[in-house]
Amino acid sequence: MTAQISIQDVHKNFGSKHVLAGITLEIKKGDSVVIIGGSGTGKSVTLKCVLGLLTPEQGKIEIDGNNILRMTASQREKINDHIGVMFQGAALFDSMPVWENVAFGLLAKNKLSREAARTLALDKLALVGLGEKICDLSPTDLSFGMQKRVGLARAIASDPSIVFFDEPTTGLDPIMADVINDLILAVNDKIGATAITITHDMQSARKIGNTIAMLHQGKISWTGPVSDVDNSGSKVLDQFINGRTEGPIKMALRA
Amino acid sequence: MSTNRYPKTQIKPFQFLQAIGRVILSFLMTAGRLSLFTLEGTSHCLRGPWYFRIIYRQMIEIGFYSLPVVGLTAVFAGMVLALQSYTGFARFSAEGAIANVVVLSITRELGPVLAGLMVAGRIGAAMAAEIGTMRVTEQIDALTTLSTNPMKYLVAPRLIAGVTMLPILVFIADIIGVFGGYLVAVYKLDFNASNYIRNTLEFLEVSDVVSGLVKASVFGFLVTLMGCYHGYNSRGGAQGVGRATTNAVVSASILILCFDYILTEAFFAK
Repeated sequence: MTAQISIQDVHKNFGSKHVLAGITLEIKKGDSVVIIGGSGTGKSVTLKCVLGLLTPEQGKIEIDGNNILRMTASQREKINDHIGVMFQGAALFDSMPVWENVAFGLLAKNKLSREAARTLALDKLALVGLGEKICDLSPTDLSFGMQKRVGLARAIASDPSIVFFDEPTTGLDPIMADVINDLILAVNDKIGATAITITHDMQSARKIGNTIAMLHQGKISWTGPVSDVDNSGSKVLDQFINGRTEGPIKMALRA
Repeated sequence: MSTNRYPKTQIKPFQFLQAIGRVILSFLMTAGRLSLFTLEGTSHCLRGPWYFRIIYRQMIEIGFYSLPVVGLTAVFAGMVLALQSYTGFARFSAEGAIANVVVLSITRELGPVLAGLMVAGRIGAAMAAEIGTMRVTEQIDALTTLSTNPMKYLVAPRLIAGVTMLPILVFIADIIGVFGGYLVAVYKLDFNASNYIRNTLEFLEVSDVVSGLVKASVFGFLVTLMGCYHGYNSRGGAQGVGRATTNAVVSASILILCFDYILTEAFFAK
Protein backbone atom coordinates (compact mmCIF):
# COMPACT_ATOMS: atom_id res chain seq x y z
CA MET A 1 0.00 0.00 0.00
CA THR A 2 1.37 3.47 -0.88
CA ALA A 3 1.97 5.93 1.94
CA GLN A 4 -0.68 8.56 2.64
CA ILE A 5 1.94 10.78 4.25
CA SER A 6 5.53 10.61 3.11
CA ILE A 7 8.25 12.62 4.84
CA GLN A 8 11.57 12.34 3.01
CA ASP A 9 14.91 13.67 4.21
CA VAL A 10 13.42 16.76 5.85
CA HIS A 11 15.83 19.25 7.40
CA LYS A 12 14.81 22.19 9.55
CA ASN A 13 17.16 24.65 11.23
CA PHE A 14 16.55 27.51 13.63
CA GLY A 15 19.61 29.69 13.25
CA SER A 16 22.59 27.44 13.88
CA LYS A 17 20.48 24.80 15.62
CA HIS A 18 19.66 21.79 13.42
CA VAL A 19 16.38 20.51 14.82
CA LEU A 20 15.50 18.10 12.02
CA ALA A 21 18.51 16.50 10.35
CA GLY A 22 17.02 14.39 7.58
CA ILE A 23 13.86 12.87 9.02
CA THR A 24 12.24 10.19 6.83
CA LEU A 25 8.92 8.54 7.66
CA GLU A 26 6.17 6.84 5.67
CA ILE A 27 2.64 6.66 7.10
CA LYS A 28 0.06 4.34 5.53
CA LYS A 29 -3.60 5.17 5.17
CA GLY A 30 -5.61 4.18 8.23
CA ASP A 31 -2.53 3.63 10.36
CA SER A 32 -2.10 5.13 13.82
CA VAL A 33 1.49 6.28 14.12
CA VAL A 34 2.92 7.67 17.33
CA ILE A 35 6.09 9.74 17.13
CA ILE A 36 7.91 9.63 20.45
CA GLY A 37 11.05 11.35 21.65
CA GLY A 38 12.43 13.51 24.41
CA SER A 39 11.65 17.19 24.89
CA GLY A 40 13.28 19.40 22.28
CA THR A 41 14.00 16.58 19.82
CA GLY A 42 11.81 18.12 17.10
CA LYS A 43 8.52 16.23 17.41
CA SER A 44 6.38 19.38 17.26
CA VAL A 45 8.64 20.85 14.54
CA THR A 46 8.02 17.72 12.44
CA LEU A 47 4.29 18.13 12.96
CA LYS A 48 4.41 21.83 12.04
CA CYS A 49 6.37 21.06 8.87
CA VAL A 50 3.74 18.52 7.78
CA LEU A 51 0.95 20.99 8.60
CA GLY A 52 2.63 23.75 6.59
CA LEU A 53 3.15 25.96 9.64
CA LEU A 54 6.93 25.77 9.16
CA THR A 55 8.86 25.43 5.92
CA PRO A 56 11.77 23.02 5.96
CA GLU A 57 15.07 24.00 4.34
CA GLN A 58 15.37 20.70 2.56
CA GLY A 59 13.38 17.55 1.84
CA LYS A 60 9.99 16.55 0.54
CA ILE A 61 6.64 16.08 2.29
CA GLU A 62 3.81 14.40 0.38
CA ILE A 63 0.20 13.99 1.41
CA ASP A 64 -1.83 11.69 -0.86
CA GLY A 65 0.95 11.98 -3.44
CA ASN A 66 0.98 15.80 -3.50
CA ASN A 67 4.21 17.57 -2.56
CA ILE A 68 2.82 20.09 -0.07
CA LEU A 69 6.01 22.16 0.00
CA ARG A 70 5.42 23.25 -3.60
CA MET A 71 1.78 24.19 -3.14
CA THR A 72 0.26 27.66 -3.19
CA ALA A 73 -1.61 28.85 -0.08
CA SER A 74 -5.01 28.11 -1.66
CA GLN A 75 -3.95 24.59 -2.73
CA ARG A 76 -2.67 24.06 0.79
CA GLU A 77 -6.01 25.16 2.24
CA LYS A 78 -7.76 22.47 0.17
CA ILE A 79 -5.44 19.82 1.62
CA ASN A 80 -6.05 21.19 5.13
CA ASP A 81 -9.80 20.67 4.60
CA HIS A 82 -9.09 16.94 5.00
CA ILE A 83 -6.88 17.32 8.05
CA GLY A 84 -7.83 17.73 11.70
CA VAL A 85 -5.46 18.84 14.44
CA MET A 86 -5.79 18.56 18.20
CA PHE A 87 -3.32 21.00 19.73
CA GLN A 88 -1.31 20.50 22.90
CA GLY A 89 -2.97 23.42 24.70
CA ALA A 90 -6.31 22.88 22.87
CA ALA A 91 -5.85 26.29 21.09
CA LEU A 92 -9.55 27.11 21.32
CA PHE A 93 -10.67 30.56 20.21
CA ASP A 94 -11.76 32.36 23.37
CA SER A 95 -13.61 35.04 21.40
CA MET A 96 -16.40 32.56 20.53
CA PRO A 97 -18.49 29.97 22.35
CA VAL A 98 -17.64 26.27 22.44
CA TRP A 99 -20.01 25.24 19.64
CA GLU A 100 -18.60 27.87 17.25
CA ASN A 101 -15.12 26.59 18.03
CA VAL A 102 -16.15 23.08 17.06
CA ALA A 103 -17.84 24.16 13.84
CA PHE A 104 -15.34 26.93 13.03
CA GLY A 105 -13.86 25.35 9.91
CA LEU A 106 -17.31 24.84 8.38
CA LEU A 107 -18.65 28.25 9.42
CA ALA A 108 -15.59 30.14 8.16
CA LYS A 109 -15.97 28.58 4.72
CA ASN A 110 -19.74 29.19 4.70
CA LYS A 111 -20.30 25.47 4.15
CA LEU A 112 -23.17 25.36 6.66
CA SER A 113 -25.80 27.69 8.05
CA ARG A 114 -25.31 28.66 11.71
CA GLU A 115 -28.22 26.40 12.77
CA ALA A 116 -26.83 23.39 10.89
CA ALA A 117 -23.32 24.12 12.21
CA ARG A 118 -24.62 24.21 15.78
CA THR A 119 -26.38 20.86 15.32
CA LEU A 120 -23.22 19.34 13.90
CA ALA A 121 -21.15 20.79 16.76
CA LEU A 122 -23.53 19.22 19.29
CA ASP A 123 -23.14 15.83 17.57
CA LYS A 124 -19.35 16.08 17.67
CA LEU A 125 -19.38 17.23 21.29
CA ALA A 126 -21.54 14.22 22.14
CA LEU A 127 -18.90 11.98 20.53
CA VAL A 128 -16.32 13.27 23.01
CA GLY A 129 -18.72 12.97 25.93
CA LEU A 130 -19.75 16.62 26.28
CA GLY A 131 -23.36 17.74 26.52
CA GLU A 132 -25.42 20.66 25.24
CA LYS A 133 -25.06 22.63 28.47
CA ILE A 134 -21.45 23.57 27.73
CA CYS A 135 -21.94 24.51 24.08
CA ASP A 136 -22.74 28.17 24.73
CA LEU A 137 -19.98 28.64 27.31
CA SER A 138 -16.69 30.35 26.58
CA PRO A 139 -13.71 27.94 26.36
CA THR A 140 -12.19 29.83 29.31
CA ASP A 141 -15.07 28.57 31.50
CA LEU A 142 -14.03 24.95 30.95
CA SER A 143 -11.44 22.80 32.74
CA PHE A 144 -8.31 21.90 30.76
CA GLY A 145 -9.53 18.33 30.29
CA MET A 146 -12.81 19.62 28.83
CA GLN A 147 -10.93 22.05 26.60
CA LYS A 148 -8.91 19.13 25.24
CA ARG A 149 -12.12 17.25 24.49
CA VAL A 150 -13.53 20.30 22.70
CA GLY A 151 -10.24 20.49 20.77
CA LEU A 152 -10.72 16.84 19.80
CA ALA A 153 -14.32 17.53 18.71
CA ARG A 154 -13.06 20.44 16.54
CA ALA A 155 -10.35 18.23 15.03
CA ILE A 156 -12.91 15.70 13.81
CA ALA A 157 -15.70 18.16 12.95
CA SER A 158 -15.16 17.96 9.20
CA ASP A 159 -14.66 14.16 9.20
CA PRO A 160 -11.01 14.46 8.16
CA SER A 161 -9.03 11.64 6.58
CA ILE A 162 -5.93 12.53 8.64
CA VAL A 163 -5.90 13.63 12.29
CA PHE A 164 -2.84 14.94 14.15
CA PHE A 165 -2.67 14.82 17.94
CA ASP A 166 -0.02 17.03 19.51
CA GLU A 167 0.76 15.80 23.03
CA PRO A 168 -2.89 14.82 23.67
CA THR A 169 -2.38 13.76 27.28
CA THR A 170 0.16 16.35 28.44
CA GLY A 171 -0.98 18.31 31.48
CA LEU A 172 -3.81 15.90 32.34
CA ASP A 173 -4.22 13.66 35.34
CA PRO A 174 -3.85 9.90 34.60
CA ILE A 175 -7.59 9.28 34.58
CA MET A 176 -8.38 12.15 32.22
CA ALA A 177 -5.38 11.13 30.08
CA ASP A 178 -6.90 7.67 29.74
CA VAL A 179 -10.29 9.21 28.89
CA ILE A 180 -8.61 11.18 26.10
CA ASN A 181 -6.81 8.05 24.86
CA ASP A 182 -10.11 6.14 24.74
CA LEU A 183 -11.77 9.03 22.91
CA ILE A 184 -8.97 9.15 20.35
CA LEU A 185 -9.36 5.41 19.75
CA ALA A 186 -13.14 5.73 19.53
CA VAL A 187 -13.17 8.65 17.09
CA ASN A 188 -10.50 7.03 14.93
CA ASP A 189 -12.60 3.87 14.74
CA LYS A 190 -15.67 5.96 13.95
CA ILE A 191 -14.20 8.15 11.18
CA GLY A 192 -11.49 5.72 10.01
CA ALA A 193 -8.85 8.42 9.79
CA THR A 194 -5.09 8.08 9.67
CA ALA A 195 -3.80 9.23 13.06
CA ILE A 196 -0.43 10.78 13.81
CA THR A 197 0.27 11.42 17.46
CA ILE A 198 3.19 13.28 18.99
CA THR A 199 3.84 12.35 22.58
CA HIS A 200 6.38 11.39 25.18
CA ASP A 201 3.77 9.56 27.24
CA MET A 202 4.59 5.86 26.63
CA GLN A 203 1.39 4.63 28.23
CA SER A 204 -0.60 6.73 25.78
CA ALA A 205 1.63 5.69 22.87
CA ARG A 206 1.15 2.00 23.58
CA LYS A 207 -2.60 2.42 23.85
CA ILE A 208 -3.40 4.51 20.77
CA GLY A 209 -0.60 3.59 18.36
CA ASN A 210 -0.17 0.75 15.87
CA THR A 211 3.25 1.97 14.81
CA ILE A 212 5.88 3.73 16.89
CA ALA A 213 8.56 6.03 15.47
CA MET A 214 11.38 7.14 17.76
CA LEU A 215 12.82 10.58 17.04
CA HIS A 216 16.39 11.13 18.19
CA GLN A 217 18.92 13.79 17.14
CA GLY A 218 16.64 15.07 14.38
CA LYS A 219 16.15 11.67 12.72
CA ILE A 220 13.87 8.69 13.09
CA SER A 221 16.14 6.25 14.91
CA TRP A 222 13.68 3.37 15.08
CA THR A 223 10.28 2.57 13.66
CA GLY A 224 8.14 -0.54 14.00
CA PRO A 225 4.92 -2.02 15.35
CA VAL A 226 3.96 -1.17 18.91
CA SER A 227 4.27 -4.87 19.86
CA ASP A 228 8.01 -4.75 19.06
CA VAL A 229 8.79 -1.76 21.24
CA ASP A 230 10.03 -3.81 24.19
CA ASN A 231 12.30 -5.96 22.00
CA SER A 232 13.39 -3.37 19.50
CA GLY A 233 17.14 -3.82 19.88
CA SER A 234 17.45 -0.03 19.79
CA LYS A 235 19.42 1.37 22.70
CA VAL A 236 17.83 4.79 22.20
CA LEU A 237 14.27 3.45 22.31
CA ASP A 238 15.11 1.12 25.19
CA GLN A 239 16.50 4.00 27.26
CA PHE A 240 13.52 6.22 26.42
CA ILE A 241 10.73 3.75 27.23
CA ASN A 242 12.40 2.69 30.45
CA GLY A 243 13.15 6.26 31.46
CA ARG A 244 16.84 5.66 32.27
CA THR A 245 19.36 8.49 32.57
CA GLU A 246 22.21 6.24 31.33
CA GLY A 247 22.32 5.66 27.60
CA PRO A 248 22.73 7.37 24.24
CA ILE A 249 20.11 10.07 24.95
CA LYS A 250 21.97 12.95 26.59
CA MET A 251 19.71 15.88 25.74
CA ALA A 252 17.85 16.15 29.01
CA LEU A 253 21.02 15.82 31.05
CA ARG A 254 22.76 18.58 29.12
CA ALA A 255 19.81 20.91 29.56
CA MET B 1 46.24 25.69 23.11
CA SER B 2 43.88 28.49 22.14
CA THR B 3 42.38 28.28 18.65
CA ASN B 4 41.84 32.05 18.61
CA ARG B 5 43.93 33.63 15.83
CA TYR B 6 43.79 37.16 17.23
CA PRO B 7 44.83 38.48 20.61
CA LYS B 8 42.02 40.01 22.66
CA THR B 9 43.07 43.60 22.03
CA GLN B 10 42.66 43.16 18.27
CA ILE B 11 39.23 41.56 18.50
CA LYS B 12 37.52 44.60 20.01
CA PRO B 13 37.27 46.70 16.81
CA PHE B 14 35.84 43.71 14.95
CA GLN B 15 33.32 43.14 17.71
CA PHE B 16 32.30 46.78 17.49
CA LEU B 17 31.81 46.50 13.73
CA GLN B 18 29.93 43.25 14.24
CA ALA B 19 27.58 44.98 16.67
CA ILE B 20 26.89 47.80 14.19
CA GLY B 21 26.37 45.28 11.39
CA ARG B 22 23.98 43.30 13.55
CA VAL B 23 21.90 46.40 14.31
CA ILE B 24 21.76 47.37 10.61
CA LEU B 25 20.82 43.83 9.56
CA SER B 26 18.17 43.65 12.25
CA PHE B 27 16.72 47.00 11.11
CA LEU B 28 16.67 45.92 7.47
CA MET B 29 15.06 42.59 8.36
CA THR B 30 12.36 44.32 10.41
CA ALA B 31 11.72 46.83 7.61
CA GLY B 32 11.48 44.02 5.07
CA ARG B 33 9.21 41.94 7.28
CA LEU B 34 6.95 44.94 7.96
CA SER B 35 6.78 45.79 4.25
CA LEU B 36 5.78 42.23 3.34
CA PHE B 37 3.24 42.16 6.17
CA THR B 38 1.75 45.47 4.99
CA LEU B 39 1.55 44.28 1.38
CA GLU B 40 -0.05 40.98 2.32
CA GLY B 41 -2.50 42.59 4.75
CA THR B 42 -3.50 45.25 2.23
CA SER B 43 -3.93 42.72 -0.56
CA HIS B 44 -6.29 40.69 1.64
CA CYS B 45 -8.32 43.87 2.29
CA LEU B 46 -8.84 44.27 -1.45
CA ARG B 47 -9.43 40.59 -2.32
CA GLY B 48 -12.46 38.67 -1.09
CA PRO B 49 -13.89 36.75 0.56
CA TRP B 50 -14.38 39.20 3.42
CA TYR B 51 -15.39 38.26 6.97
CA PHE B 52 -18.19 40.80 7.40
CA ARG B 53 -19.11 39.73 10.94
CA ILE B 54 -15.56 40.35 12.11
CA ILE B 55 -15.27 43.63 10.19
CA TYR B 56 -18.52 44.78 11.83
CA ARG B 57 -17.30 43.72 15.29
CA GLN B 58 -14.03 45.58 14.81
CA MET B 59 -15.86 48.68 13.55
CA ILE B 60 -17.93 48.71 16.71
CA GLU B 61 -14.82 48.19 18.83
CA ILE B 62 -12.83 50.95 17.14
CA GLY B 63 -15.61 53.41 16.34
CA PHE B 64 -18.27 53.08 19.01
CA TYR B 65 -16.24 52.10 22.06
CA SER B 66 -13.51 54.68 21.36
CA LEU B 67 -16.06 57.49 21.15
CA PRO B 68 -16.10 58.43 24.87
CA VAL B 69 -12.33 58.72 25.19
CA VAL B 70 -11.92 60.53 21.85
CA GLY B 71 -14.87 62.82 22.59
CA LEU B 72 -13.50 63.77 26.01
CA THR B 73 -10.06 64.44 24.54
CA ALA B 74 -11.58 66.59 21.79
CA VAL B 75 -13.80 68.67 24.07
CA PHE B 76 -10.94 69.49 26.43
CA ALA B 77 -8.55 70.16 23.54
CA GLY B 78 -11.08 72.66 22.10
CA MET B 79 -11.59 74.31 25.49
CA VAL B 80 -7.86 74.66 26.20
CA LEU B 81 -7.24 75.93 22.68
CA ALA B 82 -9.87 78.68 23.08
CA LEU B 83 -8.45 79.71 26.45
CA GLN B 84 -4.81 79.73 25.30
CA SER B 85 -5.63 81.54 22.06
CA TYR B 86 -7.47 84.20 24.01
CA THR B 87 -4.47 84.73 26.31
CA GLY B 88 -2.16 85.11 23.30
CA PHE B 89 -4.41 87.10 20.97
CA ALA B 90 -5.50 89.53 23.70
CA ARG B 91 -1.91 90.85 23.72
CA PHE B 92 -2.37 92.35 20.25
CA SER B 93 -6.18 92.79 20.36
CA ALA B 94 -6.98 89.96 17.95
CA GLU B 95 -9.45 88.08 20.16
CA GLY B 96 -11.88 87.87 17.24
CA ALA B 97 -9.63 85.30 15.55
CA ILE B 98 -10.16 82.71 18.29
CA ALA B 99 -13.02 80.99 16.50
CA ASN B 100 -10.93 80.61 13.34
CA VAL B 101 -7.90 79.32 15.21
CA VAL B 102 -9.97 76.78 17.15
CA VAL B 103 -11.81 75.38 14.13
CA LEU B 104 -8.71 75.20 11.90
CA SER B 105 -6.53 73.67 14.61
CA ILE B 106 -9.13 71.11 15.52
CA THR B 107 -10.12 70.01 12.01
CA ARG B 108 -6.67 70.08 10.43
CA GLU B 109 -4.48 68.94 13.27
CA LEU B 110 -5.69 68.23 16.78
CA GLY B 111 -8.77 66.20 15.88
CA PRO B 112 -6.96 63.56 13.78
CA VAL B 113 -3.72 63.50 15.81
CA LEU B 114 -5.33 63.30 19.26
CA ALA B 115 -7.92 60.76 18.09
CA GLY B 116 -5.13 58.74 16.44
CA LEU B 117 -3.02 58.74 19.60
CA MET B 118 -6.00 57.85 21.80
CA VAL B 119 -7.01 54.99 19.49
CA ALA B 120 -3.37 53.83 19.35
CA GLY B 121 -3.38 53.55 23.14
CA ARG B 122 -6.77 51.87 23.32
CA ILE B 123 -7.13 49.79 20.16
CA GLY B 124 -3.52 49.27 19.07
CA ALA B 125 -2.62 47.85 22.47
CA ALA B 126 -5.73 45.66 22.61
CA MET B 127 -5.13 44.28 19.12
CA ALA B 128 -1.48 43.48 19.82
CA ALA B 129 -2.43 41.76 23.08
CA GLU B 130 -5.27 39.76 21.53
CA ILE B 131 -3.38 38.62 18.43
CA GLY B 132 -0.19 38.11 20.45
CA THR B 133 -2.05 35.84 22.88
CA MET B 134 -3.52 33.96 19.93
CA ARG B 135 0.01 33.51 18.58
CA VAL B 136 1.54 32.15 21.78
CA THR B 137 -1.42 29.85 22.51
CA GLU B 138 -1.28 28.36 18.98
CA GLN B 139 -4.68 29.80 18.03
CA ILE B 140 -3.16 31.30 14.87
CA ASP B 141 -1.72 27.89 13.96
CA ALA B 142 -5.17 26.44 14.59
CA LEU B 143 -6.68 28.94 12.14
CA THR B 144 -4.25 27.82 9.45
CA THR B 145 -5.03 24.15 10.03
CA LEU B 146 -8.74 24.98 9.77
CA SER B 147 -8.10 26.25 6.21
CA THR B 148 -8.49 29.87 7.28
CA ASN B 149 -5.82 32.36 6.30
CA PRO B 150 -4.94 34.27 9.52
CA MET B 151 -4.01 37.39 7.54
CA LYS B 152 -7.43 37.42 5.94
CA TYR B 153 -9.30 36.50 9.13
CA LEU B 154 -7.41 38.55 11.74
CA VAL B 155 -5.51 41.34 9.99
CA ALA B 156 -7.64 42.42 7.00
CA PRO B 157 -10.87 43.06 9.01
CA ARG B 158 -8.95 45.19 11.51
CA LEU B 159 -7.25 47.22 8.79
CA ILE B 160 -10.58 47.81 7.02
CA ALA B 161 -12.25 48.82 10.29
CA GLY B 162 -9.37 51.16 11.22
CA VAL B 163 -9.29 52.91 7.84
CA THR B 164 -13.08 53.43 7.76
CA MET B 165 -13.86 54.19 11.40
CA LEU B 166 -11.10 56.67 12.29
CA PRO B 167 -12.44 59.33 9.85
CA ILE B 168 -15.93 58.95 11.33
CA LEU B 169 -14.51 59.23 14.84
CA VAL B 170 -12.50 62.29 13.87
CA PHE B 171 -15.49 63.95 12.21
CA ILE B 172 -17.40 63.58 15.46
CA ALA B 173 -14.33 64.70 17.43
CA ASP B 174 -14.08 67.81 15.22
CA ILE B 175 -17.66 68.81 16.10
CA ILE B 176 -17.12 68.11 19.80
CA GLY B 177 -13.78 69.97 19.82
CA VAL B 178 -15.25 73.05 18.16
CA PHE B 179 -18.13 72.87 20.62
CA GLY B 180 -15.59 72.83 23.49
CA GLY B 181 -14.04 76.03 22.13
CA TYR B 182 -17.50 77.56 21.80
CA LEU B 183 -18.33 76.73 25.45
CA VAL B 184 -15.24 78.50 26.75
CA ALA B 185 -15.50 81.44 24.36
CA VAL B 186 -19.19 82.11 25.01
CA TYR B 187 -19.64 81.16 28.67
CA LYS B 188 -16.26 82.06 30.10
CA LEU B 189 -14.83 84.74 27.81
CA ASP B 190 -18.20 86.42 27.09
CA PHE B 191 -18.07 86.17 23.31
CA ASN B 192 -21.28 86.70 21.36
CA ALA B 193 -22.59 83.22 20.47
CA SER B 194 -23.88 84.01 16.99
CA ASN B 195 -20.70 85.93 16.09
CA TYR B 196 -18.58 83.02 17.26
CA ILE B 197 -20.54 80.51 15.17
CA ARG B 198 -20.48 82.83 12.14
CA ASN B 199 -16.70 83.27 12.44
CA THR B 200 -16.27 79.51 12.77
CA LEU B 201 -18.26 78.68 9.66
CA GLU B 202 -17.05 81.61 7.57
CA PHE B 203 -13.39 80.68 7.68
CA LEU B 204 -13.80 76.93 7.55
CA GLU B 205 -13.22 75.34 4.13
CA VAL B 206 -14.15 71.88 2.99
CA SER B 207 -10.46 71.10 2.36
CA ASP B 208 -9.70 71.73 6.06
CA VAL B 209 -12.13 69.02 7.12
CA VAL B 210 -11.27 66.65 4.28
CA SER B 211 -7.52 66.86 4.92
CA GLY B 212 -8.16 65.97 8.57
CA LEU B 213 -10.31 63.01 7.58
CA VAL B 214 -7.69 61.73 5.13
CA LYS B 215 -5.12 62.00 7.90
CA ALA B 216 -7.48 60.09 10.18
CA SER B 217 -7.83 57.31 7.63
CA VAL B 218 -4.04 56.99 7.32
CA PHE B 219 -3.67 57.03 11.12
CA GLY B 220 -6.36 54.34 11.40
CA PHE B 221 -4.35 52.19 9.01
CA LEU B 222 -1.12 52.79 10.95
CA VAL B 223 -2.63 52.04 14.36
CA THR B 224 -4.27 48.79 13.26
CA LEU B 225 -1.24 47.76 11.20
CA MET B 226 1.11 48.21 14.16
CA GLY B 227 -1.28 46.40 16.52
CA CYS B 228 -1.62 43.47 14.13
CA TYR B 229 2.07 43.34 13.13
CA HIS B 230 3.47 43.32 16.65
CA GLY B 231 0.81 40.91 17.90
CA TYR B 232 1.25 38.57 14.94
CA ASN B 233 5.02 38.42 15.39
CA SER B 234 5.07 38.19 19.18
CA ARG B 235 7.13 35.39 20.70
CA GLY B 236 7.91 34.03 24.12
CA GLY B 237 4.76 33.82 26.21
CA ALA B 238 3.34 36.52 28.47
CA GLN B 239 6.50 38.62 28.35
CA GLY B 240 6.47 38.56 24.54
CA VAL B 241 2.84 39.65 24.44
CA GLY B 242 3.60 42.50 26.86
CA ARG B 243 6.50 43.62 24.67
CA ALA B 244 4.31 43.42 21.56
CA THR B 245 1.68 45.63 23.23
CA THR B 246 4.22 48.28 24.20
CA ASN B 247 5.87 48.21 20.77
CA ALA B 248 2.49 48.52 19.04
CA VAL B 249 1.55 51.68 20.96
CA VAL B 250 4.98 53.30 20.76
CA SER B 251 5.51 52.59 17.04
CA ALA B 252 1.96 53.65 16.13
CA SER B 253 2.34 56.92 18.09
CA ILE B 254 5.67 57.74 16.44
CA LEU B 255 4.35 56.87 12.98
CA ILE B 256 1.25 59.04 13.54
CA LEU B 257 3.45 62.05 14.31
CA CYS B 258 5.78 61.34 11.35
CA PHE B 259 2.93 60.87 8.89
CA ASP B 260 1.15 63.92 10.30
CA TYR B 261 4.07 66.03 9.14
CA ILE B 262 4.33 64.25 5.78
CA LEU B 263 0.61 64.65 5.08
CA THR B 264 0.55 68.29 6.25
CA GLU B 265 3.45 68.96 3.91
CA ALA B 266 1.59 67.23 1.09
CA PHE B 267 -1.71 69.08 1.68
CA PHE B 268 -0.66 72.58 2.66
CA ALA B 269 2.96 73.24 1.68
CA LYS B 270 3.29 75.93 -0.97
